[in-house]
Amino acid sequence: MDKRELAIRVFSPTAFVVAMFVLWEIVCQALDVPLTILPAPSDVFGALWRYRKPIWDNAFVTLWTTLAGFLIATVFGLALGIAVGWHRALYAGIYPVLIGFNSIPKVAVVPVLILWFGLGEIPAVLTAFLISFFPIVVNVATGLATTEPELEDVLRALGASKLDVMRKVGIPRSLPYFFGSLKVAITLAFVGAVVSETVGANKGIGKLMLDAQAAFQVPIVFAGLLVLAVLGILLYAATAAIEARFTGWAFRGQSNR
Amino acid sequence: MAYGRGAAAVRAIDEVTLEIAPGEFIAVVGPSGCGKSSLLRLISGLHPPASGTLLVEGAPVSGPLKSVGMAFQNSNLLPWRTALENVLLPLEIVEPYRRDFSKAKFSAKARALLESVGLQGFADKHPWELSGGMQQRASICRALIHEPEILLLDEPFGALDAFTREELWVALRDLQAARKVTVMLVTHDLREAVFLADTVYVMSSRPGRIVRRCEVPIARPRDLEVTYTPEFQDVVHDLRALIRG
Repeated sequence: MDKRELAIRVFSPTAFVVAMFVLWEIVCQALDVPLTILPAPSDVFGALWRYRKPIWDNAFVTLWTTLAGFLIATVFGLALGIAVGWHRALYAGIYPVLIGFNSIPKVAVVPVLILWFGLGEIPAVLTAFLISFFPIVVNVATGLATTEPELEDVLRALGASKLDVMRKVGIPRSLPYFFGSLKVAITLAFVGAVVSETVGANKGIGKLMLDAQAAFQVPIVFAGLLVLAVLGILLYAATAAIEARFTGWAFRGQSNR
Repeated sequence: MAYGRGAAAVRAIDEVTLEIAPGEFIAVVGPSGCGKSSLLRLISGLHPPASGTLLVEGAPVSGPLKSVGMAFQNSNLLPWRTALENVLLPLEIVEPYRRDFSKAKFSAKARALLESVGLQGFADKHPWELSGGMQQRASICRALIHEPEILLLDEPFGALDAFTREELWVALRDLQAARKVTVMLVTHDLREAVFLADTVYVMSSRPGRIVRRCEVPIARPRDLEVTYTPEFQDVVHDLRALIRG
Protein backbone atom coordinates (compact mmCIF):
# COMPACT_ATOMS: atom_id res chain seq x y z
CA MET A 1 0.00 0.00 0.00
CA ASP A 2 1.62 3.25 -1.04
CA LYS A 3 1.18 6.58 0.78
CA ARG A 4 -1.65 7.80 -1.39
CA GLU A 5 -3.53 4.53 -0.97
CA LEU A 6 -2.93 4.64 2.81
CA ALA A 7 -4.27 8.17 2.99
CA ILE A 8 -7.44 7.17 1.16
CA ARG A 9 -8.11 3.91 2.95
CA VAL A 10 -7.13 4.82 6.54
CA PHE A 11 -7.06 8.56 6.92
CA SER A 12 -10.26 9.50 5.15
CA PRO A 13 -12.64 7.17 7.03
CA THR A 14 -11.01 8.11 10.37
CA ALA A 15 -11.30 11.80 9.63
CA PHE A 16 -14.92 11.39 8.60
CA VAL A 17 -15.89 9.55 11.80
CA VAL A 18 -14.07 12.05 14.04
CA ALA A 19 -15.67 14.97 12.20
CA MET A 20 -19.11 13.40 12.65
CA PHE A 21 -18.67 13.06 16.42
CA VAL A 22 -17.25 16.59 16.73
CA LEU A 23 -20.19 18.04 14.83
CA TRP A 24 -22.63 16.07 16.97
CA GLU A 25 -20.91 17.36 20.17
CA ILE A 26 -20.98 20.97 18.94
CA VAL A 27 -24.68 20.79 18.04
CA CYS A 28 -25.59 19.31 21.43
CA GLN A 29 -23.55 21.89 23.35
CA ALA A 30 -24.65 24.88 21.28
CA LEU A 31 -28.38 24.08 21.33
CA ASP A 32 -28.25 22.73 24.87
CA VAL A 33 -30.11 19.53 23.87
CA PRO A 34 -31.52 17.72 26.95
CA LEU A 35 -29.72 14.48 27.87
CA THR A 36 -32.98 12.52 27.56
CA ILE A 37 -33.47 13.58 23.91
CA LEU A 38 -30.01 13.37 22.37
CA PRO A 39 -26.97 12.88 24.61
CA ALA A 40 -23.71 14.37 23.33
CA PRO A 41 -20.92 11.98 22.31
CA SER A 42 -19.03 12.84 25.51
CA ASP A 43 -22.02 11.55 27.55
CA VAL A 44 -22.34 8.48 25.36
CA PHE A 45 -18.66 7.56 25.66
CA GLY A 46 -18.87 8.31 29.39
CA ALA A 47 -21.75 5.84 29.77
CA LEU A 48 -19.87 3.36 27.58
CA TRP A 49 -16.90 3.50 29.93
CA ARG A 50 -18.86 3.53 33.18
CA TYR A 51 -21.06 0.57 32.22
CA ARG A 52 -18.36 -1.25 30.26
CA LYS A 53 -18.83 -4.49 32.22
CA PRO A 54 -22.59 -5.03 31.58
CA ILE A 55 -22.24 -3.65 28.04
CA TRP A 56 -19.43 -6.09 27.24
CA ASP A 57 -21.32 -9.04 28.79
CA ASN A 58 -24.42 -8.29 26.77
CA ALA A 59 -22.49 -7.50 23.58
CA PHE A 60 -20.80 -10.87 23.89
CA VAL A 61 -24.18 -12.63 24.02
CA THR A 62 -25.41 -10.71 20.96
CA LEU A 63 -22.18 -11.54 19.15
CA TRP A 64 -22.31 -15.26 19.74
CA THR A 65 -26.03 -15.61 19.01
CA THR A 66 -25.44 -13.71 15.76
CA LEU A 67 -22.52 -15.92 14.80
CA ALA A 68 -24.33 -19.13 15.74
CA GLY A 69 -27.36 -18.14 13.66
CA PHE A 70 -25.09 -17.07 10.83
CA LEU A 71 -23.19 -20.36 10.83
CA ILE A 72 -26.39 -22.40 10.70
CA ALA A 73 -27.63 -20.14 7.90
CA THR A 74 -24.36 -20.63 5.99
CA VAL A 75 -24.49 -24.43 6.11
CA PHE A 76 -28.21 -24.64 5.49
CA GLY A 77 -28.17 -21.91 2.81
CA LEU A 78 -25.31 -23.52 0.91
CA ALA A 79 -26.95 -26.95 1.00
CA LEU A 80 -30.37 -25.67 -0.03
CA GLY A 81 -28.82 -23.43 -2.72
CA ILE A 82 -27.01 -26.39 -4.26
CA ALA A 83 -30.16 -28.51 -4.09
CA VAL A 84 -32.22 -25.77 -5.73
CA GLY A 85 -29.53 -25.19 -8.38
CA TRP A 86 -29.20 -28.92 -9.03
CA HIS A 87 -32.53 -29.50 -10.67
CA ARG A 88 -35.14 -27.24 -12.22
CA ALA A 89 -38.00 -29.18 -10.61
CA LEU A 90 -36.57 -28.54 -7.14
CA TYR A 91 -36.04 -24.90 -8.06
CA ALA A 92 -39.64 -24.49 -9.27
CA GLY A 93 -41.00 -26.32 -6.24
CA ILE A 94 -39.07 -24.62 -3.48
CA TYR A 95 -38.77 -21.08 -4.78
CA PRO A 96 -42.34 -19.83 -4.13
CA VAL A 97 -42.24 -21.20 -0.58
CA LEU A 98 -38.90 -19.51 0.02
CA ILE A 99 -40.16 -16.16 -1.23
CA GLY A 100 -43.29 -16.46 0.88
CA PHE A 101 -41.27 -17.33 3.93
CA ASN A 102 -38.84 -14.50 3.32
CA SER A 103 -41.72 -12.03 3.07
CA ILE A 104 -42.81 -12.67 6.65
CA PRO A 105 -41.32 -9.99 8.93
CA LYS A 106 -39.15 -11.99 11.30
CA VAL A 107 -40.14 -9.80 14.24
CA ALA A 108 -43.55 -11.47 13.94
CA VAL A 109 -41.95 -14.90 14.30
CA VAL A 110 -40.03 -14.11 17.50
CA PRO A 111 -43.06 -14.50 19.84
CA VAL A 112 -43.66 -17.96 18.37
CA LEU A 113 -40.03 -18.89 18.95
CA ILE A 114 -40.21 -17.64 22.54
CA LEU A 115 -43.38 -19.68 22.99
CA TRP A 116 -41.53 -22.79 21.81
CA PHE A 117 -38.08 -22.32 23.30
CA GLY A 118 -38.66 -19.89 26.18
CA LEU A 119 -36.75 -16.71 26.94
CA GLY A 120 -33.06 -17.12 26.31
CA GLU A 121 -30.50 -17.26 23.55
CA ILE A 122 -32.21 -19.87 21.35
CA PRO A 123 -34.88 -17.55 19.87
CA ALA A 124 -32.13 -15.01 19.03
CA VAL A 125 -30.01 -17.65 17.31
CA LEU A 126 -33.00 -18.93 15.34
CA THR A 127 -34.13 -15.44 14.34
CA ALA A 128 -30.63 -14.64 13.14
CA PHE A 129 -30.68 -17.88 11.15
CA LEU A 130 -34.16 -17.39 9.67
CA ILE A 131 -33.47 -13.84 8.53
CA SER A 132 -30.06 -14.51 6.99
CA PHE A 133 -30.28 -17.80 5.05
CA PHE A 134 -32.40 -16.49 2.18
CA PRO A 135 -29.75 -14.37 0.41
CA ILE A 136 -27.31 -17.29 0.64
CA VAL A 137 -29.74 -19.71 -1.00
CA VAL A 138 -30.63 -17.26 -3.76
CA ASN A 139 -27.01 -16.39 -4.52
CA VAL A 140 -25.74 -19.97 -4.60
CA ALA A 141 -28.63 -21.00 -6.85
CA THR A 142 -27.96 -18.02 -9.12
CA GLY A 143 -24.26 -18.88 -9.32
CA LEU A 144 -25.10 -22.43 -10.35
CA ALA A 145 -27.77 -21.35 -12.81
CA THR A 146 -25.44 -18.90 -14.56
CA THR A 147 -22.54 -21.35 -14.99
CA GLU A 148 -21.39 -21.16 -18.61
CA PRO A 149 -22.50 -24.32 -20.48
CA GLU A 150 -19.16 -24.23 -22.33
CA LEU A 151 -17.31 -24.84 -19.05
CA GLU A 152 -19.62 -27.78 -18.31
CA ASP A 153 -19.00 -29.13 -21.84
CA VAL A 154 -15.30 -29.46 -21.07
CA LEU A 155 -16.16 -31.95 -18.35
CA ARG A 156 -19.07 -33.59 -20.12
CA ALA A 157 -16.85 -34.32 -23.13
CA LEU A 158 -14.68 -36.33 -20.74
CA GLY A 159 -17.65 -38.40 -19.63
CA ALA A 160 -18.00 -36.70 -16.25
CA SER A 161 -21.09 -37.40 -14.14
CA LYS A 162 -23.46 -34.68 -13.00
CA LEU A 163 -21.84 -34.87 -9.57
CA ASP A 164 -18.37 -34.38 -11.09
CA VAL A 165 -19.57 -31.38 -13.10
CA MET A 166 -21.06 -29.92 -9.93
CA ARG A 167 -17.91 -30.49 -7.88
CA LYS A 168 -15.38 -29.31 -10.44
CA VAL A 169 -17.30 -26.51 -12.15
CA GLY A 170 -20.67 -25.59 -10.61
CA ILE A 171 -19.65 -25.17 -7.00
CA PRO A 172 -16.29 -23.40 -7.54
CA ARG A 173 -18.02 -21.18 -10.09
CA SER A 174 -20.72 -20.15 -7.60
CA LEU A 175 -18.35 -19.53 -4.67
CA PRO A 176 -17.98 -15.79 -5.43
CA TYR A 177 -21.78 -15.52 -5.29
CA PHE A 178 -21.77 -17.48 -2.04
CA PHE A 179 -19.14 -15.34 -0.35
CA GLY A 180 -20.77 -12.19 -1.71
CA SER A 181 -24.02 -13.22 -0.07
CA LEU A 182 -22.26 -13.81 3.27
CA LYS A 183 -21.64 -10.08 3.58
CA VAL A 184 -25.36 -9.44 3.30
CA ALA A 185 -26.23 -12.42 5.51
CA ILE A 186 -23.95 -11.47 8.42
CA THR A 187 -25.54 -8.02 8.61
CA LEU A 188 -29.01 -9.52 8.51
CA ALA A 189 -28.11 -12.12 11.15
CA PHE A 190 -26.99 -9.31 13.43
CA VAL A 191 -30.25 -7.45 12.87
CA GLY A 192 -32.18 -10.66 13.55
CA ALA A 193 -30.42 -11.33 16.84
CA VAL A 194 -30.97 -7.78 18.10
CA VAL A 195 -34.61 -7.71 16.99
CA SER A 196 -35.21 -10.92 18.87
CA GLU A 197 -33.54 -9.54 22.00
CA THR A 198 -35.67 -6.42 21.77
CA VAL A 199 -38.90 -8.41 21.58
CA GLY A 200 -38.06 -10.67 24.46
CA ALA A 201 -34.84 -11.95 25.98
CA ASN A 202 -32.94 -11.90 29.23
CA LYS A 203 -29.57 -10.94 27.76
CA GLY A 204 -28.00 -9.13 24.84
CA ILE A 205 -27.45 -5.57 23.68
CA GLY A 206 -31.06 -5.32 22.52
CA LYS A 207 -32.32 -6.28 25.96
CA LEU A 208 -29.87 -3.88 27.64
CA MET A 209 -31.09 -0.99 25.49
CA LEU A 210 -34.69 -1.87 26.23
CA ASP A 211 -34.02 -1.80 29.98
CA ALA A 212 -32.02 1.44 29.73
CA GLN A 213 -34.84 3.05 27.78
CA ALA A 214 -37.38 2.02 30.41
CA ALA A 215 -35.16 3.66 33.06
CA PHE A 216 -34.66 6.82 30.95
CA GLN A 217 -30.93 6.08 30.80
CA VAL A 218 -30.69 7.53 27.29
CA PRO A 219 -26.84 7.70 27.20
CA ILE A 220 -26.76 3.91 27.71
CA VAL A 221 -29.24 3.45 24.86
CA PHE A 222 -26.92 5.41 22.59
CA ALA A 223 -23.89 3.56 23.92
CA GLY A 224 -25.69 0.37 22.89
CA LEU A 225 -26.33 1.76 19.41
CA LEU A 226 -22.66 2.64 19.12
CA VAL A 227 -21.61 -0.87 20.14
CA LEU A 228 -24.03 -2.33 17.58
CA ALA A 229 -22.58 -0.15 14.83
CA VAL A 230 -19.00 -1.11 15.68
CA LEU A 231 -19.83 -4.82 15.91
CA GLY A 232 -21.66 -4.60 12.58
CA ILE A 233 -18.60 -3.08 10.91
CA LEU A 234 -16.30 -5.72 12.41
CA LEU A 235 -18.51 -8.62 11.32
CA TYR A 236 -18.85 -7.19 7.82
CA ALA A 237 -15.10 -6.63 7.51
CA ALA A 238 -14.33 -10.16 8.69
CA THR A 239 -16.69 -11.64 6.10
CA ALA A 240 -15.30 -9.42 3.36
CA ALA A 241 -11.77 -10.55 4.26
CA ILE A 242 -12.84 -14.21 4.02
CA GLU A 243 -14.42 -13.47 0.65
CA ALA A 244 -11.24 -11.88 -0.71
CA ARG A 245 -9.18 -14.78 0.59
CA PHE A 246 -11.21 -17.50 -1.11
CA THR A 247 -12.38 -15.93 -4.35
CA GLY A 248 -9.44 -13.76 -5.36
CA TRP A 249 -9.74 -15.03 -8.93
CA ALA A 250 -13.10 -13.34 -9.34
CA PHE A 251 -11.64 -9.94 -8.38
CA ARG A 252 -8.56 -10.14 -10.58
CA GLY A 253 -9.36 -6.83 -12.25
CA GLN A 254 -8.86 -4.92 -9.01
CA SER A 255 -5.89 -6.64 -7.47
CA ASN A 256 -3.73 -8.05 -10.21
CA ARG A 257 -3.69 -5.48 -12.96
CA MET B 1 -11.61 -51.43 -36.74
CA ALA B 2 -10.31 -49.51 -33.78
CA TYR B 3 -8.88 -46.03 -33.56
CA GLY B 4 -5.71 -47.41 -32.10
CA ARG B 5 -5.02 -50.25 -34.60
CA GLY B 6 -6.26 -50.14 -38.20
CA ALA B 7 -8.58 -47.61 -39.78
CA ALA B 8 -11.76 -46.42 -38.13
CA ALA B 9 -15.10 -45.49 -39.57
CA VAL B 10 -17.40 -42.94 -38.00
CA ARG B 11 -20.87 -42.45 -39.40
CA ALA B 12 -22.80 -39.36 -38.31
CA ILE B 13 -25.90 -37.30 -39.13
CA ASP B 14 -27.19 -40.25 -41.16
CA GLU B 15 -25.37 -39.17 -44.32
CA VAL B 16 -21.81 -38.59 -43.26
CA THR B 17 -19.08 -41.19 -43.15
CA LEU B 18 -15.58 -40.25 -42.18
CA GLU B 19 -12.57 -42.50 -42.17
CA ILE B 20 -9.70 -41.75 -39.88
CA ALA B 21 -6.55 -43.83 -39.74
CA PRO B 22 -4.60 -43.80 -36.49
CA GLY B 23 -2.15 -40.94 -36.41
CA GLU B 24 -3.95 -39.23 -39.29
CA PHE B 25 -4.86 -35.56 -39.24
CA ILE B 26 -8.17 -34.82 -40.90
CA ALA B 27 -9.92 -31.49 -41.25
CA VAL B 28 -13.60 -30.82 -41.91
CA VAL B 29 -14.33 -27.52 -43.60
CA GLY B 30 -17.55 -25.93 -44.71
CA PRO B 31 -19.64 -22.78 -44.53
CA SER B 32 -20.98 -21.78 -41.16
CA GLY B 33 -24.16 -23.60 -40.22
CA CYS B 34 -23.34 -26.68 -42.26
CA GLY B 35 -23.20 -28.82 -39.14
CA LYS B 36 -19.43 -29.16 -38.73
CA SER B 37 -19.57 -28.46 -35.03
CA SER B 38 -22.68 -30.59 -34.59
CA LEU B 39 -20.81 -33.43 -36.23
CA LEU B 40 -18.00 -33.02 -33.73
CA ARG B 41 -20.40 -32.83 -30.81
CA LEU B 42 -22.09 -35.99 -32.04
CA ILE B 43 -18.81 -37.84 -32.30
CA SER B 44 -17.68 -36.69 -28.87
CA GLY B 45 -21.03 -37.80 -27.46
CA LEU B 46 -21.85 -34.32 -26.09
CA HIS B 47 -25.08 -34.37 -28.09
CA PRO B 48 -27.02 -37.57 -28.50
CA PRO B 49 -28.33 -38.01 -32.06
CA ALA B 50 -31.96 -36.91 -32.38
CA SER B 51 -32.66 -39.65 -34.89
CA GLY B 52 -30.64 -42.33 -36.57
CA THR B 53 -27.55 -43.84 -35.03
CA LEU B 54 -23.95 -42.92 -34.55
CA LEU B 55 -21.46 -45.73 -34.90
CA VAL B 56 -17.85 -45.57 -33.84
CA GLU B 57 -15.84 -48.69 -34.54
CA GLY B 58 -19.10 -50.33 -35.54
CA ALA B 59 -20.67 -49.85 -32.12
CA PRO B 60 -23.38 -47.29 -31.32
CA VAL B 61 -22.35 -44.31 -29.24
CA SER B 62 -24.65 -43.33 -26.40
CA GLY B 63 -22.52 -41.08 -24.21
CA PRO B 64 -19.21 -39.26 -24.26
CA LEU B 65 -16.32 -41.43 -25.42
CA LYS B 66 -13.56 -42.10 -22.96
CA SER B 67 -10.87 -41.95 -25.62
CA VAL B 68 -11.61 -38.43 -26.79
CA GLY B 69 -9.86 -35.17 -26.04
CA MET B 70 -11.68 -32.01 -27.04
CA ALA B 71 -10.76 -28.35 -27.41
CA PHE B 72 -13.16 -25.58 -28.31
CA GLN B 73 -13.15 -22.16 -29.96
CA ASN B 74 -12.89 -20.52 -26.57
CA SER B 75 -10.19 -21.98 -24.37
CA ASN B 76 -12.80 -22.61 -21.63
CA LEU B 77 -10.12 -22.78 -18.98
CA LEU B 78 -11.56 -22.72 -15.47
CA PRO B 79 -10.63 -19.26 -14.15
CA TRP B 80 -10.08 -20.40 -10.55
CA ARG B 81 -7.44 -22.93 -11.59
CA THR B 82 -3.89 -22.29 -12.74
CA ALA B 83 -2.81 -23.44 -16.19
CA LEU B 84 -1.29 -26.54 -14.60
CA GLU B 85 -4.44 -27.35 -12.62
CA ASN B 86 -6.53 -26.86 -15.75
CA VAL B 87 -4.37 -29.30 -17.67
CA LEU B 88 -4.68 -31.82 -14.84
CA LEU B 89 -8.49 -31.62 -14.85
CA PRO B 90 -9.16 -34.59 -17.20
CA LEU B 91 -7.04 -36.83 -14.98
CA GLU B 92 -9.41 -36.08 -12.10
CA ILE B 93 -12.31 -37.35 -14.23
CA VAL B 94 -11.10 -40.06 -16.60
CA GLU B 95 -10.23 -43.59 -15.53
CA PRO B 96 -7.72 -45.09 -14.86
CA TYR B 97 -5.99 -41.87 -13.72
CA ARG B 98 -8.87 -40.81 -11.52
CA ARG B 99 -8.52 -43.81 -9.24
CA ASP B 100 -5.27 -42.65 -7.68
CA PHE B 101 -5.11 -39.04 -8.76
CA SER B 102 -2.82 -36.71 -6.92
CA LYS B 103 -1.50 -33.40 -8.12
CA ALA B 104 2.06 -34.29 -7.16
CA LYS B 105 1.97 -37.52 -9.11
CA PHE B 106 0.97 -36.07 -12.47
CA SER B 107 2.22 -32.50 -12.37
CA ALA B 108 5.58 -33.43 -13.95
CA LYS B 109 3.72 -34.92 -16.90
CA ALA B 110 1.51 -31.84 -17.22
CA ARG B 111 4.47 -29.48 -16.97
CA ALA B 112 6.28 -31.40 -19.72
CA LEU B 113 3.23 -31.13 -21.93
CA LEU B 114 2.91 -27.38 -21.28
CA GLU B 115 6.61 -27.03 -22.05
CA SER B 116 6.17 -28.79 -25.38
CA VAL B 117 3.82 -26.01 -26.51
CA GLY B 118 6.11 -23.26 -25.23
CA LEU B 119 4.38 -22.53 -21.93
CA GLN B 120 7.32 -23.20 -19.63
CA GLY B 121 7.18 -20.71 -16.78
CA PHE B 122 3.44 -20.16 -17.18
CA ALA B 123 2.20 -23.35 -15.52
CA ASP B 124 1.33 -21.59 -12.26
CA LYS B 125 -0.38 -18.60 -13.84
CA HIS B 126 -4.12 -18.20 -13.88
CA PRO B 127 -5.91 -18.00 -17.25
CA TRP B 128 -6.41 -14.24 -17.07
CA GLU B 129 -2.66 -13.79 -16.79
CA LEU B 130 -2.16 -15.56 -20.15
CA SER B 131 -2.67 -14.17 -23.65
CA GLY B 132 -5.40 -15.63 -25.85
CA GLY B 133 -2.88 -17.77 -27.74
CA MET B 134 -1.38 -19.10 -24.52
CA GLN B 135 -4.83 -19.95 -23.19
CA GLN B 136 -5.55 -21.90 -26.34
CA ARG B 137 -2.24 -23.75 -26.06
CA ALA B 138 -3.10 -24.71 -22.48
CA SER B 139 -6.54 -25.80 -23.64
CA ILE B 140 -5.00 -28.15 -26.23
CA CYS B 141 -2.69 -29.55 -23.54
CA ARG B 142 -5.75 -30.22 -21.41
CA ALA B 143 -7.32 -32.14 -24.30
CA LEU B 144 -4.21 -34.33 -24.60
CA ILE B 145 -3.15 -35.00 -21.01
CA HIS B 146 -5.19 -38.20 -20.65
CA GLU B 147 -3.69 -39.56 -23.87
CA PRO B 148 -6.92 -39.83 -25.85
CA GLU B 149 -6.98 -41.89 -29.02
CA ILE B 150 -8.47 -39.00 -30.94
CA LEU B 151 -8.20 -35.24 -30.48
CA LEU B 152 -11.30 -33.29 -31.54
CA LEU B 153 -10.71 -29.61 -32.24
CA ASP B 154 -13.72 -27.34 -32.76
CA GLU B 155 -12.40 -24.19 -34.50
CA PRO B 156 -9.72 -23.90 -31.82
CA PHE B 157 -7.98 -20.92 -33.42
CA GLY B 158 -11.08 -19.07 -34.61
CA ALA B 159 -10.90 -16.37 -31.94
CA LEU B 160 -7.20 -15.57 -32.40
CA ASP B 161 -5.49 -12.93 -34.52
CA ALA B 162 -3.79 -14.02 -37.76
CA PHE B 163 -0.22 -14.05 -36.42
CA THR B 164 -1.05 -15.94 -33.24
CA ARG B 165 -3.08 -18.36 -35.30
CA GLU B 166 -0.10 -19.22 -37.50
CA GLU B 167 2.08 -19.68 -34.42
CA LEU B 168 -0.43 -22.14 -33.07
CA TRP B 169 -0.65 -23.99 -36.38
CA VAL B 170 3.05 -24.68 -36.02
CA ALA B 171 2.68 -25.65 -32.36
CA LEU B 172 -0.15 -28.06 -33.20
CA ARG B 173 1.81 -29.47 -36.17
CA ASP B 174 4.80 -30.23 -33.94
CA LEU B 175 2.67 -31.61 -31.13
CA GLN B 176 0.86 -33.97 -33.50
CA ALA B 177 4.11 -35.06 -35.15
CA ALA B 178 5.72 -35.77 -31.79
CA ARG B 179 2.80 -37.62 -30.20
CA LYS B 180 1.34 -39.31 -33.31
CA VAL B 181 -2.13 -38.47 -32.08
CA THR B 182 -5.14 -38.79 -34.37
CA VAL B 183 -6.72 -35.39 -34.93
CA MET B 184 -10.05 -34.25 -36.29
CA LEU B 185 -10.10 -30.50 -36.83
CA VAL B 186 -13.27 -28.58 -37.65
CA THR B 187 -12.62 -25.16 -39.12
CA HIS B 188 -13.86 -22.63 -41.64
CA ASP B 189 -10.30 -21.50 -42.41
CA LEU B 190 -9.27 -23.31 -45.61
CA ARG B 191 -5.60 -22.36 -45.30
CA GLU B 192 -5.55 -23.76 -41.79
CA ALA B 193 -7.10 -27.03 -42.98
CA VAL B 194 -4.73 -27.42 -45.92
CA PHE B 195 -1.66 -26.50 -43.90
CA LEU B 196 -2.34 -28.95 -41.08
CA ALA B 197 -4.32 -31.90 -42.43
CA ASP B 198 -3.52 -35.04 -44.39
CA THR B 199 -7.06 -35.19 -45.64
CA VAL B 200 -9.64 -32.42 -45.92
CA TYR B 201 -13.37 -33.15 -46.00
CA VAL B 202 -15.64 -30.48 -47.43
CA MET B 203 -19.16 -30.25 -46.04
CA SER B 204 -22.09 -28.55 -47.70
CA SER B 205 -24.88 -26.92 -45.81
CA ARG B 206 -28.42 -28.23 -45.58
CA PRO B 207 -28.32 -31.11 -45.71
CA GLY B 208 -25.01 -31.37 -43.92
CA ARG B 209 -23.10 -33.89 -45.98
CA ILE B 210 -19.60 -34.50 -47.21
CA VAL B 211 -19.26 -33.30 -50.80
CA ARG B 212 -15.57 -33.91 -51.32
CA ARG B 213 -12.71 -35.82 -49.76
CA CYS B 214 -9.40 -34.26 -50.68
CA GLU B 215 -5.98 -35.60 -49.83
CA VAL B 216 -3.55 -32.75 -49.56
CA PRO B 217 -0.72 -33.51 -52.02
CA ILE B 218 1.93 -31.62 -50.07
CA ALA B 219 4.59 -33.53 -48.14
CA ARG B 220 4.63 -33.21 -44.36
CA PRO B 221 5.98 -31.78 -42.17
CA ARG B 222 5.08 -28.50 -43.82
CA ASP B 223 6.77 -25.19 -43.20
CA LEU B 224 4.73 -21.99 -42.91
CA GLU B 225 6.44 -20.89 -46.16
CA VAL B 226 4.46 -23.61 -47.94
CA THR B 227 1.33 -21.50 -47.55
CA TYR B 228 2.73 -19.03 -50.09
CA THR B 229 3.51 -21.60 -52.82
CA PRO B 230 1.31 -21.94 -55.93
CA GLU B 231 0.47 -25.60 -55.25
CA PHE B 232 -0.81 -24.69 -51.76
CA GLN B 233 -2.85 -21.86 -53.23
CA ASP B 234 -4.26 -24.23 -55.85
CA VAL B 235 -5.51 -26.68 -53.22
CA VAL B 236 -7.09 -23.86 -51.23
CA HIS B 237 -8.64 -22.44 -54.38
CA ASP B 238 -10.12 -25.77 -55.42
CA LEU B 239 -11.68 -26.21 -51.99
CA ARG B 240 -13.02 -22.69 -52.04
CA ALA B 241 -14.84 -23.39 -55.31
CA LEU B 242 -16.73 -26.23 -53.61
CA ILE B 243 -18.09 -23.96 -50.92
CA ARG B 244 -20.70 -21.46 -51.97
CA GLY B 245 -22.16 -19.02 -49.48
